Amino acid sequence: MAGPMKMRATLAGGNTDVRVLMTHPMETAQQTKGAPYFIQNITVKVNGKPVIEGEISQAISRNPVFSFRLKGGAKGDKIEVSWLDNKGETNKTETAVA
Amino acid sequence: MEQKRRGLLGALAALLAAGLLKPVLALAAWNKEAFAAKTAADALKGLGAASTEPSKGITIEAPEIAENGAVVPIEISSGIPGTTSIAVVIEKNPFPLAARFDFSEGALPFVKLNAKMGETSDVRVVATAGGKHYVATREIKVTIGGCGG
Repeated sequence: MAGPMKMRATLAGGNTDVRVLMTHPMETAQQTKGAPYFIQNITVKVNGKPVIEGEISQAISRNPVFSFRLKGGAKGDKIEVSWLDNKGETNKTETAVA
Repeated sequence: MEQKRRGLLGALAALLAAGLLKPVLALAAWNKEAFAAKTAADALKGLGAASTEPSKGITIEAPEIAENGAVVPIEISSGIPGTTSIAVVIEKNPFPLAARFDFSEGALPFVKLNAKMGETSDVRVVATAGGKHYVATREIKVTIGGCGG
């Protein structure tokens, strides 16, 4: 089962570093005898505007952790990361840039 | 009335079956062709990036030897001006395409991720800029594979 997410967004060197953790088993076809279970889509939004769209496969490790880098940014900017898996389950988390 | 509703439902079902109307959740794009490819060449073809040229503008940071193939940290950034997308292809994985990211205004072409690797393999990173595809390759040795079990 998919669980909670954690995210941190901090200003560093004039940009915003985003680190996000997703709780998901990310099972491969080999592990599941042909019924893989994995996140397929990831979206990163800044103040409601999508800036990164990711498509991922079952080759991403269990409980995926991603780091992204956003141009500029300011304290208090709202960062939202959401995902959608191949069974239609979704989750999202939001944080303000610190 | 009942008859009409049936007809409407039937029409809706037909549309769904034809794939014309998709459930809202399925609207997000996922390049099935590229991700189902079993060779790196087919994966790149599926992404529309069959022809690539080598570039030193792509940086791949990863361990030379990954002891645990289940979690191999790979950090990628592109210094190629105008980079709009980055794809990660692990040649010897059963399905080589691991991930692909599109970056729009506001995001830097940078990503760090953890990938599973079945065995020692070249990892190809393809960056797209101005409609052209650039590639950099890095070999990562794997002691214990991380795709099964």
